[in-house]
Formats: sequence, structure tokens, C-alpha cells
Amino acid sequence: MDGGAAQQLLPARFGGWFAGRGWTPRTHQLAMLEKARAGRDALLIAPTGGGKTLAGFLPSLVELSQRARPNAPRGVHTLYISPLKALATDVARNLMAPVAEMGLSIAIEARTGDMSVAKRQRQRRHPPDILLTTPEQLALFCAWEGARAYFEDLACVVIDEIHAIHSSKRGDLLSLGLARLSTFAPRMRRVGLSATVNDPDMLRRWLSAGTEPADLVLGEPGAPPVIDVLLSDQRVPWAGHTAQHAMAEVYEVIKTARTALVFVNTRWQAEFAFQELWRLNDDNLPIALHHGSLAPEQRRKVEAAMARGELRAVVCTSTLDLGIDWGAVDLVVQLAAPKGSSRLVQRIGRANHRLDEPSRAILVPANRFEMLECQAAREAVAENALDGDPERSGALDVLAQHIMGCACSEPFQADDLYTEVIRSAPFAGLGRADFDAVLDFVSTGGYALKTYDRFRRIVQGRDGAWRVRGAQTALRHRLNCGAIVGPTVLNLRQMSRRGVGGRKIGEAEEWYFEGLTAGDTFLFGGQVWRFEAIVGIDVLVTRSPSDDPKIPSWGGSKFPLSTYLARRVRAMVQDESAWRRLPDDVREWLEAQKDHSGVPRADELLVETFPNGRRHYLIAYPFEGRLAHTTLAMLLTRRLDRLGVGPLGYLANDYAVCVWSLAPMDRIDMDELFQEDMLGDDLEAWLEESSMMRRAFRQCALISGLIERRFPGEEKSGRQVTFSSDLIYDVLRRHQPDHLLLRCARADASAGLMDLERLGGLLARIKGRIRMNPLPKLSPFSVPMLVEIGRERSPGGASEMLLQSASLLALVEEAMA
Amino acid sequence: MSAAGRKLAFDLAASDCGAVRLTLAGLTARLRPAGTLWLEESRTLAAADLHLEKGSAYAARGQLLPPYDTAETLARLEQEVEALNPARIVLLGDSFHDGGAEARLAADSGARLASLARGRTLVWVVGNHDADGPRGLPGEVVAEHAVGRLVLRHEPQAGPRAEAAGHLHPAARVATRGRSVRRRCFVTDGERVVLPAFGAYAGGLNVRDKAFAGLFAGRPIAVALGPRQAHAIGWSMLVGD
Repeated sequence: MDGGAAQQLLPARFGGWFAGRGWTPRTHQLAMLEKARAGRDALLIAPTGGGKTLAGFLPSLVELSQRARPNAPRGVHTLYISPLKALATDVARNLMAPVAEMGLSIAIEARTGDMSVAKRQRQRRHPPDILLTTPEQLALFCAWEGARAYFEDLACVVIDEIHAIHSSKRGDLLSLGLARLSTFAPRMRRVGLSATVNDPDMLRRWLSAGTEPADLVLGEPGAPPVIDVLLSDQRVPWAGHTAQHAMAEVYEVIKTARTALVFVNTRWQAEFAFQELWRLNDDNLPIALHHGSLAPEQRRKVEAAMARGELRAVVCTSTLDLGIDWGAVDLVVQLAAPKGSSRLVQRIGRANHRLDEPSRAILVPANRFEMLECQAAREAVAENALDGDPERSGALDVLAQHIMGCACSEPFQADDLYTEVIRSAPFAGLGRADFDAVLDFVSTGGYALKTYDRFRRIVQGRDGAWRVRGAQTALRHRLNCGAIVGPTVLNLRQMSRRGVGGRKIGEAEEWYFEGLTAGDTFLFGGQVWRFEAIVGIDVLVTRSPSDDPKIPSWGGSKFPLSTYLARRVRAMVQDESAWRRLPDDVREWLEAQKDHSGVPRADELLVETFPNGRRHYLIAYPFEGRLAHTTLAMLLTRRLDRLGVGPLGYLANDYAVCVWSLAPMDRIDMDELFQEDMLGDDLEAWLEESSMMRRAFRQCALISGLIERRFPGEEKSGRQVTFSSDLIYDVLRRHQPDHLLLRCARADASAGLMDLERLGGLLARIKGRIRMNPLPKLSPFSVPMLVEIGRERSPGGASEMLLQSASLLALVEEAMA
Repeated sequence: MSAAGRKLAFDLAASDCGAVRLTLAGLTARLRPAGTLWLEESRTLAAADLHLEKGSAYAARGQLLPPYDTAETLARLEQEVEALNPARIVLLGDSFHDGGAEARLAADSGARLASLARGRTLVWVVGNHDADGPRGLPGEVVAEHAVGRLVLRHEPQAGPRAEAAGHLHPAARVATRGRSVRRRCFVTDGERVVLPAFGAYAGGLNVRDKAFAGLFAGRPIAVALGPRQAHAIGWSMLVGD
């Protein structure tokens, strides 16, 4: 780029503002001006602290500062979309500063779901120049009457943290919304912003309007981060997820930092670490806790204290992966393995938002396999080798919601909408037949039994255009749009003396409480609570004097080990020269494994069998992540059951799969056992029983609008939704197994919950490459698994067994026998 | 827990068809895994809360639930009838989801209902969703129906009494560490029984809900439905939602 020419694009007022602050515009900021001038879509990848947000907005600010005084009210000029509400509000605030300092007359407003109705209505009548919001609000805009007129002046859409949205149903919905906006305002530019991207070309395609990929603008790289793996004085533990052994050292490290972010992978690890750190907190350092289940007010309090620089450390989950800049953070601690190199880079980026200084991070592995993983992640980051979400094809339940939204906004012709939809990258491959099937689903439910013709939600007029049936139907759609369907969330309330719900302490997903019985104690918000009862959507708890909760933490990570990192870990295990970079006890462990059993080559699958106690064990080490391993474990258990070895239970983590049984398994033909055909009938049979399909179906039913979360004037609690969606699932599966929503649920379960693609890849990769080691006793590698097997899980028919064991008659029979 | 040591106030036994057998207000009764009540001496089959055409009732208001619930519910009822060949079928009210449901019935569903009445007595007890009973289908429409001293009606009346009713859609939840199961269930103390809802789309109300308070003299038991077997569960094993 010709720097001089680019400088010309920056008006004097802007140049003066930069100079006044002692800054020079960065190359990528000028490049974004140039792209805008040429009318090009652009993806900007720049490290945190590189003035990325300003770069995204600069062309809009320049354009807005140069426009003639309007003689008629204008529509929105620039729409900014972020995955986080808080980020939208924060960026709005940050933008106002330069605008005020330059004396520009530009109206900047955020819009989120929790704004007052009056304010929202005013915003609709008088659009701001720059509107900052979330993907959910965009879906709502698209369902407005008059959306076309509102957005016809739109010149630019800026999508922030684009890497965190694109590969999800939220991303599908956003992409469809963008396609809609491009129809309203054909000259609209698209701008994507991100700090961490593994595959820029994929995002360039995602961002484009269906023609050529967006241009790529790269910021100058920042100083490479300094990452250390914390080697505790004590040795790396054999098993576990909490990194309890290293907590004292973590506390010492926090003391050396101005402000530290301590990342963990699950809410329960957060609670645990928070409690442990306070146990050690003799200096009374202000250490706070932040995770998605805390009440929003409480989270906002922590964020505000953080912004004021009052905290020394925050223990947090992925809720703080993205978000607001906190200048004071100078250290990131990752407790337990990061599970992916991109996530690690993102988290490290939260420290030190200045380009010239390196970010400082410390990884704290919780067990020996995690030690390998931390080392692999560290090397991957050093090589700037990132992993990322794969390209996905758009979900049809999301398309159903979008089509309904379009009909609520204005009548449409099916041909026109189809043409528009396939300009959205995730839907580029959508065939017309599938589109028509979704259209029919939106209209009549898509049932083979055509009895709902008179109940159509959208109807085709004589002009061939589809429109929504009535104002009431449209209202209900608008109340229910969005593609985030969380698990059912219950309110945690302190029980008052009268036994009713009092003060709200926070929220938590329903599944956690399913297994609790009155009297169980657990950690929440850094305090031990006693579970009393669930009433409606309230969980009633009382304070417990104990500081040793009965249910301390749920192990494991929410995110499975990334494919990329898994490959690196496998390579590291195979490569003896790499062992030198590992701590002594871990290296000894690998060497002992080599002597007693063997270490697999990177393309091999190591399978060990051995007796231990009165049981026989089979352990395979595919390193393919927890989801694929869990599916594999279920399927292996079914097969082993058929082979008559009497499997008793299984355990799957990110690194290995373990099944134990009554009879020995060392004579089993492993090539036969790990045959790819397990993904056929065995998988089908298992799916029939599993609750995974039900969960996936519920999500699809909610997103597609088959089941509504909210009716005007009444809030339907998720608990009711769960129950009725199960009934509907059962009936639909029996009567129309090929229904569109069952196809959607199936696709979601395969991809997200079971990781079938990865399992399929694994089975293909190891065909003929299984290294079977029948051992007389347990191997060094197997120890972490055996330690983890505290609680046995019984395969298959678990629900019936539970009822059976609770049954009075069974107990009577047993006692009488 | 020693269940054998605890004397139940009423007789209870497993039967070979997966049902729980008990003496109910002096009658020999089976609580069947399908959710029906079988009164042996009078060969009476009772089922509660069919909520036929619930799917189309939602569809009329814009939620297009699969239109297969009536067919599903009828198929299950036909299986019970086939297995038992009852002399009398008593439907305990809310057989239709709303006043317009009968008119929305598909032609073959109407015919299937009519053929259930062939060669036996079909009794429609009215409920709050179907206060008038069906207009064009065979069978008697009554407010209640007595078998011995057991009164079959839709809504349980206050205080302990010899009664078989529906209306409440009881569901039981059993939890042990780490897992829980929720199923439709019967609730009974040997004098009164509340039947689970039989309809394919009918939801359930946890038996620990206050709606069940005061209906039973002592602690009742729940009989939870399973695919092949009904499970008798003691009150102390049940948890709220």
C-alpha cells in the first residue's frame, strides 16, 4: 500500500486527533479506510491492543463526518454486532470518546434485549448513525415490519470477535441476517474483526455476500507471548482435574502480578479454585469469582470492580474469554489444560492490551496427560499454529426461524428468498428441495399427514407471495427468536424461614440438580450450600456451616481436546526426543510405559488389557477428545456385552477410553471390535435409548419455532418445555421418522454431542494399526484412568435399573428370599 | 432400608403382566404399565385424561405439534383392550382436549373409537376439558360411575375416599446420586387411586405437589410406568422436581 495515498484518506480532523494523542494511524487502520473507499468487504485480523475496533469503525466515522447536513431523517449508517451484550455497550462507550473529542455530530447507541420498551421504540423512530447490538437483535430486526426501510441506508456492518460466532447456530442465523441486510442495502460493506483465526480463508468466505471472499487485512503482530508451564515443587499428579496440588504456587504467582485472570474450564473448577485460593489468602487480596451461573448483578459488580482496577485476581470460566478490555490485567493463569491452542491464545490475549509488551501466561496442568497437553499447547502457540472450528453447513431449524422472521417482516416470493439464502455462506450448498421442505415446515409443520392446512402459520397469497397468517402469529415469533437455547436454567434462592424462596443467589443448569437429594451440600458462589428442594423453577438452598461440601466438583472439561492439539500430543508421546522437554516425573512415567507396555506410534492405537482386583480392564488411548471417546465407550460396551464378557462400566476422558468387565478381554479380536461398522446398527440402537437425541430435538424444536419458549403475557418455564418436547419426540419418531426436525436433531447430535465425525476419522485412521498389549497387570498409562474410576457407571438401561432399585416390591422380594 | 419390616397398609404384589396387583376398596385391581386400571371381577378397564386432539388444539393457536397424538393414544388403548377384552371401558374424563376436539377428529379416529364400544359398554365420564362428553360417538356420558363401592370420576374429591380418578396427571421422580428418572405414575393408598394421564401429549405433575395433599389418609405409594413393568415406589423415595 502507498502510505502517502492512504494518509490522504484520513481527513485533517482525524489526523489532528491522532497527533493530539501522540499516535500515528496504524497501517491496518489506513488499509481499512482504503478497503472502504473501494467498497470492499474486509476481514481484519490484528492482535488485541492493536486498535482493531477503531480500525473497524474508522471508515464509518470518516464517512459520517463528511456527509452533507441531512434534510430528511436518515437510517442507520453502521451496524455493529458482537457476540456479547456487554461488549456492544462497552464499544459504544469507547467510540463516543474520539467522536466527542473530534467534535463530530454522530449518534451512537447500543441496543440490547434488556433495554426499556420506550427507549427501543424511540430508537426505532429515530435511528442512530451507529447502532451496536447482538446477533439476536439482528434476527429481531429482520422480523420487523418496515425492516427494509429502516436499513435501506445501511452502509456498513461490523462483526466483532467473528471467530467466536461463525461456527454455530448463532452464526448461521447471523449469516442469514446479513444476507437479508444486503438485499435491503445492496451497497452495504461487511467488516469482520478478530484476533485469533486459524483459517482466514474460511472466514473470508463466511463474511462475503456470496460473491468473492472478503479482502484480508492483517495487523502487525504483537510481541510473542511468554508462556510458562507451572512445575510444582510437588510432582505432577497422576489424575484429577482441579490442580489442587499447585494452588499455593498459583497464589504466590498472583501476588507478583498487578491483576491476574485465572481461567478454568468449568464452573465447578471455578468454584473450587476460588475456595482454595481464599483458604490460602492470608494477605486478604481482593480475589473475585466470575462465571455464567452467577446472578447478572453479581457478575456486573465484579466487572465494574475489575474496570476500576480494584481486584488482584478473578477466577473465571469462558465467560471472560471475550469481552471488555481491562488494561490492568498483566497475567493469565490457565488452571488445567487449555484444550485448544486458539482458546489459549484468546485467553492469553486478555493480558496486557499493549502491542509492544508480551503477554504473560502460566499453564497449570492438573494431571500427567494434561502436562503433555500443556506442553503441546505451548509449542503450538509459539509456532502460531492455531486450531479452530471447521466450516459448517447451515442448520435447517435456524433457516426455519429465519423464513418465519422474513414473513413477519414483509411478504416474500419463495424464489427470491431462496436466491438470497444461498448467498449466505453456510447455506451456499442448500438445495431447492431442502429449502422447500423448510418452507413447508414453517407453513404447515411439514407432516406427511396433511391435516393442518387450515392452521398454516404462513400463507401464500394469489400473487404467489408468502405472508404471516396474522399479527398474533408475528408477535409470537418475535418473542421467540434467537438461536441460543441454553439448558434449562433454574434460580438458586436462599430458603426463608417459612420455607419459601428468598434472595436469589444465582442460576444454574437444571441437570446439575437432577441428582441431588435434600441435604446434599455443594459449592456455589464461593459458599457451601445445602440443597433443600426444587419448587417450580427455584432451587431452594440454605447456608451450610460446613466448608467441606459433599459434592465438591464435577470433573472433566466442557470443551473436548481439539483435533489439532490431540495430534500434537500423539506426536509428542511417540517422539522420545520431545520427552526431554517434560518434567522428570512425567518423563519417567513415559519411560516406564515404554518398558512395561509400549508407547504407540502417532498413527497407531494402543489398546491394553489387564486384570486388576477382581475385574478385567480394556483401555485404548486414541487422544481424540472426550465427546468422541464417550461415544466410542458406549459403542464398545454394547459390543463387549454381545461378546459375553459382561462389561460393568466405562470411563472416557480426553485421552483414553476404559471399559471394565467380569471376564477377561485379552482374546478379543481388536480389529473386529474397533470395526467402523459400529457406526451402523450399534449406533442406531444406542441412539434409540440415549437422552442425547431428546436434548438435540428439544433445541431444534425451540429454534425452529415448533415449541415456543414465550407466549405473550406468560413465560413458559423450560421445565415444561423439556417434558412436552420429549413426548413430542417420542410420537414423531414413531410416526414420521424422516421428519425435518428429526433430521436436524440427528445432525446436531452427530456433530456436537457425539463428535461422530471425529470418531469416524479415528476408526478409519487406526484400521489395521491397532497395537494390542495384553498385560499381566496395569500399565503406567492406565493409572490416571484407574484413579479416576471412583464411581462406576452402568451401561444401558440405567433408568430402568434405577427404578428397579428404588422399587418396594424388589426390596421386599430380596428381603424375603 | 428394610421394606420387608415395614408393614404396608394394603396388599401389594407383582403380577406376571408387569402390572402391580392390589386390593383397591375391596376389589382386585391391577395397575398396568400402560397406565390403565384393570378391575378384575367386573372386567372393567379404566383410563384417564386421553386429551385426544391436543396436537390440533395447539396447531389452531399456531404451534404445529405433530398431528399424530390421537392415533398414538388410540393405538395404546386398543392394545390394552386387545390384551384384556374388557366388558366395560371407563374413560375418566378429559378424554378430549377441548370442546372442539371431537369435530377435529380424523374420520378413522372416530371409527376406531366407535369400534372400541362394539360388544361392550363404553362409559365417558366427563371432565373439565370435555364437560359435555362426546356428541356423535357411542357410549354413555356420565358424571361418575360406580364399581362396587369404588367411585370412578374425573376430579378427585377432597378427603380420603374409595375413588378412582384422573385429572391430576401424577408423575413420580426418583433420584439417587448423579441421576434421576421422572415417569408418569399411579398414586394409591389401597382405597383411592389417581391414574396417570394416558394421552400421548399429556404432561405430568409431580406427586409431591400440594395438589395431592389431603387425598390420602396415610402415606400412599406411587406406581411408576416403565416400558414393560410398573414399579411400586415408596413415598420416601420420591422427590420433588
